[in-house]
Amino acid sequence: MVQQDFQRRMPEASRDLRKPMGFWQRIHVDTPLLFSLLVLTAFGLIVLYSASGADKHYVQRQSVFICLGYVVMFTIAQFKMSFLQRWAPWFYVAGLGLLVLVLVMGTGAKGAQRWLSVGGFRFQPSEALKLAVPIMVASYLGVRALPPSFKHVLVTLCIITVPMVLILKQPDLGTSLLIAASGLIGLFFAGLRWRYIFGAGLLGVLGSWPMWQFVLRDYQKQRILTMFNPEADKLGAGWNIIQSKTAIGSGGLNGKGWMNGTQSQLNFLPESHTDFIIAVLAEEFGLFGALMLLLIYMVVIGRGMLIAIRAQTSFNRILAGSITFTFFVYVFVNIGMVSGLLPVVGVPLPLVSHGGTAIVTLLAGFGLLMAISTENRKVSI
Amino acid sequence: MSEHLRFKDHYNESRIFFRRAVIAAGLILCLLILLIARLYTLQVVEHETYVTQSDRNRVQVQPLPPTRGLIYDRNGELLAENRPSYTLSIIKEQVDSMESTVKLLSELVTITEDDTSSFYKRLKRPKRRRRPFEPIPLRYLLDEEDIARIAVNEYRLKGVVVEAQLVRFYPQRSLFAHNVGYVGRINENELKSFTPEEYPLYNGTHSIGKNGLEKQYESILLGQVGYQQVETNARGRVLRVLERNDPVPGQNLHLFLDANLQRTAFAALGQRRGAVVAIDVETGGVLAMVSAPTYDPNLFVTGISHKNYKALNESLDLPLFNRTIQGGYPPGSTLKPMLALGGLEANVVDEHYSVRDPGFYQLEGEERRYRDWKPRGHGARVALIQAVAQSCDVYYYDLAFRMGIDRMHGFGAGFGLGEKTGIDIPSERSGIWPSRKWKRDNRRLPWYPGDSLNMGIGQGFVVTTPLQLASMTATLASRGEKHQPRLVRRIGETVVDTAPVAQVSATQKNWDLIIDAMEEVVHGPRGTARSISRKANFRMGGKTGTAQVVGIAQDAKYDSEALAERQRDHALFVGFAPIKNPQIAVAVIVENGEKSSTAAKIARKLFDTYLNNLPVSIAKEE
Repeated sequence: MVQQDFQRRMPEASRDLRKPMGFWQRIHVDTPLLFSLLVLTAFGLIVLYSASGADKHYVQRQSVFICLGYVVMFTIAQFKMSFLQRWAPWFYVAGLGLLVLVLVMGTGAKGAQRWLSVGGFRFQPSEALKLAVPIMVASYLGVRALPPSFKHVLVTLCIITVPMVLILKQPDLGTSLLIAASGLIGLFFAGLRWRYIFGAGLLGVLGSWPMWQFVLRDYQKQRILTMFNPEADKLGAGWNIIQSKTAIGSGGLNGKGWMNGTQSQLNFLPESHTDFIIAVLAEEFGLFGALMLLLIYMVVIGRGMLIAIRAQTSFNRILAGSITFTFFVYVFVNIGMVSGLLPVVGVPLPLVSHGGTAIVTLLAGFGLLMAISTENRKVSI
Repeated sequence: MSEHLRFKDHYNESRIFFRRAVIAAGLILCLLILLIARLYTLQVVEHETYVTQSDRNRVQVQPLPPTRGLIYDRNGELLAENRPSYTLSIIKEQVDSMESTVKLLSELVTITEDDTSSFYKRLKRPKRRRRPFEPIPLRYLLDEEDIARIAVNEYRLKGVVVEAQLVRFYPQRSLFAHNVGYVGRINENELKSFTPEEYPLYNGTHSIGKNGLEKQYESILLGQVGYQQVETNARGRVLRVLERNDPVPGQNLHLFLDANLQRTAFAALGQRRGAVVAIDVETGGVLAMVSAPTYDPNLFVTGISHKNYKALNESLDLPLFNRTIQGGYPPGSTLKPMLALGGLEANVVDEHYSVRDPGFYQLEGEERRYRDWKPRGHGARVALIQAVAQSCDVYYYDLAFRMGIDRMHGFGAGFGLGEKTGIDIPSERSGIWPSRKWKRDNRRLPWYPGDSLNMGIGQGFVVTTPLQLASMTATLASRGEKHQPRLVRRIGETVVDTAPVAQVSATQKNWDLIIDAMEEVVHGPRGTARSISRKANFRMGGKTGTAQVVGIAQDAKYDSEALAERQRDHALFVGFAPIKNPQIAVAVIVENGEKSSTAAKIARKLFDTYLNNLPVSIAKEE
């Protein structure tokens, strides 16, 4: 009732009203977004084919997941945002439940326990949280008066911290940081006051020393140290970064040509089809290829921001904003890590790296963006 | 909630969001520029550095092939060794244009079409089977001049390397081709048949045992591959070794074979086709194993040319065929001492039992005459000693008829007839030592008494290999101790066990009788091999034989003279010496040798060579 009384007419609303509802809007598809995603996934498959050493198996598997991802995307695009907002706490709780299950009965490799297998099918529950956390944050803040009060900020931080701790326990530093980032981005878009932001920044600087001493594990410290001086451990932890920088650098402006990268094709480059795939692209397609990829990413991100700005409710805006910005964070962290700007954390290049669950999650996120962008405009006078 | 209630201000919230979105977009733009700047630095500013790094910093693992084990004869003479040889190879990854490189190389050194075609075949092998920067051989056995010419043109030949490798060499040439065998390049089929465990063993090794001992003892001779981790520059040259894991050389084989005796046997055979096997009676070790004609195994080591192979493969004399273990010959009369012993043991005959030999033998109620080799026969009363010494066929027709197939088969099987001896080289044949069951299974006919008669003189269905005959003779000479014939005496430092594997039991009296009879063959006044006893400083026992030639292709009429020669009887001789404490047992087959004395003379030369060169001469003891 309170909302109804104080709702105001937005300046753009009359423009939207005048436009008749088109075919694409009726089936809840945002065409510019869809088109740029299609270009991106197609480009990704071409790079993957080369990165996997001309192995059709990888490309086929990836294609299957991409198709599945699009199906999920179209399905989610049909959701009503109000429905999503109401059910957000339950998604969030279910996601937390899965995370607890992983800790109890998960499977994994290399000392980490990240996977849950159900009837021969394996998936990473932490991926689901990449969506559940921003939805929960947006839904919590969306109904509150903005900018959020100190109490609401604290509750939001709790919402973020619980899954973050659970994922840290797996342990998976990269994913937990990304999930925390997606929640904090939501908070930022909700209008978190600058004094909180600067305060937290100051705390972060002061708190980094105890973090280093007590929280970070040895291999995580190793990664950070390696970033600053990869030459110190040439054949060990520094190997990945040296090889990926060599691959990118030797690519030059035009690249060595598709399937001709010596670093990647001769197996000098580790993880060439997953986290380090951008190095393959930069080596084989050169700087132009890398810029092309960045351009496609920017089109996707730009469209996402536009959708967020045009959205009608705070929930929609915060959600769209945090999905889009998180997507950019993935791109930046991955490329930054492979090119030696950031420490090596396990972040795949979104929609290009090989990996099924991640692709489905990302496209599901874009399904939310489409649902937001094609939602019927309610105008109250 | 009520006291802190602030009203939702949608317009304001939308404005806040818009401001934040603008800030976010600015942040994105800044970070994007950072990324692009980073990529620009790496790919444009520092491009050269990384190009050289990617070209130079190629740490790779190289296999270190083990040295193949050597093969020695009993006196330490080398039968198989490894020699350095220079191979021209190409590193695919470093060559700009394969075709022009090969063309340029063929102008510098002779490269045949065989070489190029097998080179391209090797090149096309799937990527996974080849390590990157592995040199692919194009031509083997370069000489000094070739190497010099390539060295001078090195600047034009990127990716071309001359590698020194150890290549198998058989210093005795054709002398041991049939038993030592040879190695050859690993072919596609062998590559496919490797198990995942075997595959890495052949890293860096290009050859594998194809025949003879080289094949039988492949895993022992091969050794274990080592590895080294090296840093190479862009031209594939090793700059430094980071880590090294040495290979373990293969074990050496020491054989029973005696190169001297082998040479004697070859010389004695001369230009004739045939087979000679000599066995050490005490151990079953094979002292000589000759199949003539033979071939030079060195031809096969780096790949035999089509022309040479065709010549060997299509020769009428079958040089590639190992007569000693694959040749099936009717043993003829050489079986007689063994059968006589069988008769004695079965109580069918005794030392006094005699038959009348009119020159033929007839079964009751049958018209057919089974002829003796001597048209007029051997006289009215032929007893055992005489029957062996003069090789009286009628005596054996009678013996075979009365002994019957079953007892004859059983006794002969005890000497290993009709089954592989199990010698330690591959592709041995079992020959045929017939039985009722064998005839039913193979000819679909019952056993007739006439079949027994033919078997009694070593003809008919009987087929034996020279090795089986030698092994049988050694068993006779040692009075029933049956040893496993083998070539290898010592593997590395491990001496092979030579204990007897079976015992043929017969009474002492019967053994004496048979060995006396065999002595009579050589030293008796009317023995069929008396010609070889002259001037011997030791006494020997033996038995001659001739075998009719069957199965020569009748349509090969282009050379009637040669054909006639090939239809002559085979000459056979088995024997041992000295008669007391026998040391050596031999079997000799001279194809189309006609007279059995041809074979017996060869045996005598073997006895002479072997016994007179023993550390303690047996001859002096006598």
